[in-house]
This record gives sequence, C-alpha cells and structure tokens, in this order.
Amino acid sequence: MDSVEDELEMATVRHRPEALELLEAQSKFTKKELQILYRGFKNECPSGVVNEETFKEIYSQFFPQGDSTTYAHFLFNAFDTDHNGAVSFEDFIKGLSILLRGTVQEKLNWAFNLYDINKDGYITKEEMLDIMKAIYDMMGKCTYPVLKEDAPRQHVETFFQKMDKNKDGVVTIDEFIESCQKDENIMRSMQLFENVI
Amino acid sequence: MAAGVAAWLPFARAAAIGWMPVANCPMPLAPADKSKRQDELIVLNVSGRRFQTWRTTLERYPDTLLGSTEKEFFFNEDTKEYFFDRDPEVFRCVLNFYRTGKLHYPRYECISAYDDELAFYGILPEIIGDCCYEEYKDRKRENAERLMDDNDSENNQESMPSLSFRQTMWRAFENPHTSTLALVFYYVTGFFIAVSVITNVVETVPCGTVPGSKELPCGERYSVAFFCLDTACVMIFTVEYLLRLFAAPSRYRFIRSVMSIIDVVAIMPYYIGLVMTNNEDVSGAFVTLRVFRVFRIFKFSRHSQGLRILGYTLKSCASELGFLLFSLTMAIIIFATVMFYAEKGSSASKFTSIPASFWYTIVTMTTLGYGDMVPKTIAGKIFGSICSLSGVLVIALPVPVIVSNFSRIYHQNQRADKRRAQKKARLARIRVAKTGSSNAYLHSKRNGLLTEALELMGTPEEEHMGKTTSLIESQHHHLLHCLEKTTNHEFIDEQMFEQNCMESSMQNYPSTRSPSLSSHPGLTTTCCSRRSKKTTHLPNSNLPATRLRSMQELSTIHIQGSEQPSLTTRPLPTTSNESQGIQGKTKVKCHK
Repeated sequence: MDSVEDELEMATVRHRPEALELLEAQSKFTKKELQILYRGFKNECPSGVVNEETFKEIYSQFFPQGDSTTYAHFLFNAFDTDHNGAVSFEDFIKGLSILLRGTVQEKLNWAFNLYDINKDGYITKEEMLDIMKAIYDMMGKCTYPVLKEDAPRQHVETFFQKMDKNKDGVVTIDEFIESCQKDENIMRSMQLFENVI
Repeated sequence: MAAGVAAWLPFARAAAIGWMPVANCPMPLAPADKSKRQDELIVLNVSGRRFQTWRTTLERYPDTLLGSTEKEFFFNEDTKEYFFDRDPEVFRCVLNFYRTGKLHYPRYECISAYDDELAFYGILPEIIGDCCYEEYKDRKRENAERLMDDNDSENNQESMPSLSFRQTMWRAFENPHTSTLALVFYYVTGFFIAVSVITNVVETVPCGTVPGSKELPCGERYSVAFFCLDTACVMIFTVEYLLRLFAAPSRYRFIRSVMSIIDVVAIMPYYIGLVMTNNEDVSGAFVTLRVFRVFRIFKFSRHSQGLRILGYTLKSCASELGFLLFSLTMAIIIFATVMFYAEKGSSASKFTSIPASFWYTIVTMTTLGYGDMVPKTIAGKIFGSICSLSGVLVIALPVPVIVSNFSRIYHQNQRADKRRAQKKARLARIRVAKTGSSNAYLHSKRNGLLTEALELMGTPEEEHMGKTTSLIESQHHHLLHCLEKTTNHEFIDEQMFEQNCMESSMQNYPSTRSPSLSSHPGLTTTCCSRRSKKTTHLPNSNLPATRLRSMQELSTIHIQGSEQPSLTTRPLPTTSNESQGIQGKTKVKCHK
C-alpha cells in the first residue's frame, strides 16, 4: 500500500529548483552553463527529480557492455546528499560543481564519500571490494585479458597497500587525501574533466 | 545513444572522477572541444512553416540528414535559414524525434508518404516507439499486401520459367487464380464433389416401385448407374490426391494436414468396398462405412474461405465450447436424476432409468419439447418446469458470450502472434543497436590509437579524425577508455573474446601475460607497450588440426572457419561504421 501512495506522491511532485541567481551563487557554474544543464535535466526528468531507477537507466546507457546498476546505486547515494531517495536539480548541481569546478581537495573528499558506503568516515576493505566489484561489473564479460574472479580483490589489495598508511585495515579521509596527493597520476587525472561543460 | 541521454554525458564524465583514485594507470587525454560554439538557435523552414530548435538538439543524431553536415546543402544564405521543400506535417514528427528521442507515427498519415519522408531525413523506421510501432507495422503490411495483390493480377499472364514443374503445380493447387488450367481443375473438382454428395443423397430416395416388389430406393434400382458415378468421382478424387501429394513441398507435412486426411477418408470406403464385396459378416460394417462418404462435403472447404475460417474459430474457441458442454452435462445429469426419482412412483412411466431420462432433460432444456416423454406426477411436473426454465438460462446465456468470444479470441490470437514475432524482432534490433554502440567504441579505439600516436608525433591530424565521429561520441569513447584504464582490462567484441577464450584454454594462457597490478615507474610506457604487444599476439594460423578437434569437444564455441584475422586489422563490426573504417584504414596507409 505504501508503495502505491509513494508512487502517487512522486508522480504529482513537481519539484522546482531554486532561482537561477541563487544557484549561480551556490555553485561555480555560470548562468549559461546552468541553463544548458537544466534543460538536459528537465528533458529526461520532467518531474524535476531523479529517482534511483531512472538514474540507473540513464547511467546504463553509457555502458552497453556491462552491468552498471551497482555502481549507479553508489553514485546515486553519493549525489543524494540529503538521503531522501531522489536527486533534485540542486543536488545534481552541487555534485557537479564539486566534480567539475572544485579544488582537488574537494574532489578527493567527494571520492572518499563515494567509497565510504555507510558514511562512517572509514573505508573498510569490504566497502572497497563492493565498489571495485561494481566498477568491474561495468566492463562486462568480453574483456581482454579475460576477467578473473579475484581481479577486484587484488585491485583492492593494491589500493589498500597504497592508501592505508598505518595498516589498520581502514582508510581514513586524511590517509586518503595524503596518499592521493603523493600520486602524480591521480593528481593529473583529477584535472581531466575540467572542461566538460 | 538516446537523445536526452546525450545531455547526461557531462554528468557521466564528471562521475568518472570516482574511478581516478582507484586506477593505477594514467588516464587518456580528453577529446578537445575545439568548436566552442555557443549553443545557437537554428531556423528550419519547411514549405513556409518555420521550426526553431537548438543546434545541439539536431546534433544528437549525427547519422541523419539534420544532424550531419548534409543539411548545409539546404542552407539559404539570403534568409539565413534551412529551407526544405517537404511536408511540414511529417516534419513535426521528425523534429519531435530529435527533441524527445521517440519517433511517433501519426495515424492520419499515408504510410508510403511517411516512409518517403523518413527516408529523406535519413531516419530508420525501426526506431519508431512502442506506442506507434504496431500500428505502423500493420499499415505497412496492409499496404504491401495491397500492392502485392495488384502486382499479382498484373503479372497473371506472365510465365515464371524459374519455378520447377512441381512448384508450379503446387502453386496452381493452392491458388486457383494463377492460371486458367488451375481454375479449370478447381471447378472440375468442385463439380465432382457436388455430384458425389448429391449422388449419396439421391441414392436413398425411394424411386417408385418396380412391378412385383416393394418400393426401392434409387440406389438399388439403378445400382449400375450409381456405381459408375461413384467410380468416376472416386477416380477424380484419387487422381487429385495423388497429384497434390506429388506437388507438395513437404510430403510428410501434407499427409498430416487436415485436408489430406479428409481426402483419404472420403475415398477409402470405395476401395474397401471393392476389396471385400463377398464377405457376408463384414458387409454390415461395410454399409456403415458408406457413411464416411459424406465427408466429401468437407472437401468444399478448400473452395470456400468462409468454411475454413469457421473451422478455425471453432478450434480456437474449444475451451469455451468445452465449458458449455460441461455445464450442460452437469445440468442434464442433475435434472435426469431428479426426474427419475420423481417419476418412479407413477405407473407406466416412461422414465425407466436415469439414462432414459437424459433424453427428456435434453429435449426440455433445449426447449424442443417433443412430447414423447412427459412427467405425470405433480413433483415430476414441478421439476419438469424448473428444468425447462433453467434450460433457457443455461443455453441462452453462454451463447452470446461465446459468440463475442469468437471474434475477440480470433483477433487476439492473431494479434498475439504478431506481437510475439515483433518482440523477437525488437529484441534483435536492440541487441544490434547495443553491439553497434559498443562496436562503434571498439572501432574508434583503433582510429583513436592512430590519433594518439600521431598526436605524440606532433602531427595535427586530429581535426580530420574528429570529423568522422561527433564530439559526443568521442567524449563517450573517452569515458569508456577511462574505465578500461581504471580496471586494466580492455573491451573487445564477442568474436575476439571467444577466440581468446579458445586459444587461452588451448595454450595454457601464461599468467605472466596478465597485466600486473603493481605500480611501475614508467607507467605510460608499460600501458602503451602492452597495447602494442597485444596487436602482435593473435592466434596462430597453423594450429594442428587435432588440437582444434579436441577443442571442439571441450568448448561449445563455434569455431569460425579457417580464416584468421590478420595482424593489424580485426573484423569490421557493423555496416554503419564501414565508411568510417574505410576512412580510418586509408589514413593508416597514407601515414605509415
């Protein structure tokens, strides 16, 4: 019964975002960029919010060979900062603002938030394994070389070797930021998507 | 990629930042967005009606007329708009396709006009949305059939030497209008069926008396004449059956078909009669065998479309009829029992047993009321009246329901079959589209390799390369490339995957070849060198045949012939990318 009511609610909700000037002040995008982003957003989600199903559908269009639903789920949680089960335009812009226009520190913070599934401030091996499996799922079956069963686990081991400085089995935010700042590749790749909009 | 989803590409790329801390390789460079044009409105003037849209909306589908540079041919310099001398009504649907990603088919449009417009704008009709696809396909099929009928009547006199004699004969049998000979044959068999049926009927009519004996039916009076007629009919039917058997494309299926069984049953009694004329005991059975001659009337169903449809609808409503029969049987048994016990007391009652009462119940429930059996007791009469009243209900109510079910189920069956066939086709198309997009990526990866190599050398060739794939596509491919780098595995198409699987289990794929995940000092060189190693490492073409055969036992993968891909090229996936591939390959030749 609840789901029916929820559905009705979601169907009639027409979320309107904040005024353009307010969003411009809150994010690091210009007015024109916000206009373009909103047009795309509203086209796909006329009701003004994205729920997890739509999110997963949209994301899976970009990865036809694999299964991107798990990773999309984690992404959705990372974007849905107020945890109300829907990503509104403001949440969307907030996330994008950090990812595309934020400082390296902010980006690393965001990535840490993504990996920390239960948001307790620590990345455990299990959490990292889930994330890694989700990423490897997106590759699908037809890969070269053939994906082995323990490839994600091995990758997690490498990650922890690099990041976990005090070898206590968890990675804290400080360890994470410190280790990333030391790695040139990561620093360089963080700047990769600067000019996406 | 769907329309609006292209708008989400910046988001997907931004989200890729989540992979960065996990990756061990450096990421490839993002494609440069050289054309930093501001999004502008363009005006499309279609026969005087002006449509306006953003340029990026049209560029979502770069392989159509409006999305590619082909529209420049229609640019009018004086008015700074694109002028198309086409139907503005259909253009509305076409433009909405760009806007929403769904192509609709307006019902009031003529199907061939719509097809022409779609062909002009370079849009495949396969992408019509689910809401309108059925209607579109139905109209298209109707139109095609109509055209085909017209063509057939035109080509009636043409001879088709390409068909074999057997095939022409079968065609003549199935479709009497194809040639005059077939038409003649059709009418002759029809005539003989009618003659045979009338003969059977007239045989039993009393024909007047022969002086000195009682009244005889015509069959016994003119037995010779009737025998000759019967022989003639059976000969014609036998010849027809043998001809059909000879001409049938699948004899086994023909023998099993209903019509051929009817044919056989119709002519069997005659031959059986020929064989066993003298045996007295069996002649009784032989007489009843003549009943089967009446099945000849069913042969008319080849001649009548309506009979065939009736038979088919009865078959498809079998469950409904079965239920009616069942409920009737229940009611009959109940009332028969009741009447029997009610009338047990009265003397000289006709209701001697329950099965004897069945007859009364049936006659009463169907409101026939012959009157040969009537109840005499008061209880009997009461139950008798209840029986006739309920008879009306039991029979009259389901019949309209069944009648309406006939048409509903008939149409539903047809539509369900259609939908099933369409669904298979839809899934196949979606699969093709999916492999198309992933193949597009694999394809442009090859081209992209050259681009990168050239970029490293400092040659600004990317402008030429960039034109073969749109910006959105190249950004999408960059995203997929980043994922590959993150996981240190590459996308390959299914054929290569299966070949690799085969060859890996054959040659005990050495573990040293699997990419090591520990960080290397010179990561760029390792990644690049690994890629170049990959191009040289391809299955050898001189594998011993015995090993191949043993592999066939181990795996069920279909080994694709003896041709092996050459070292530097891989099989080209889809035709839509062929032109790109050819362009790419020629570029390789020039700049090697």
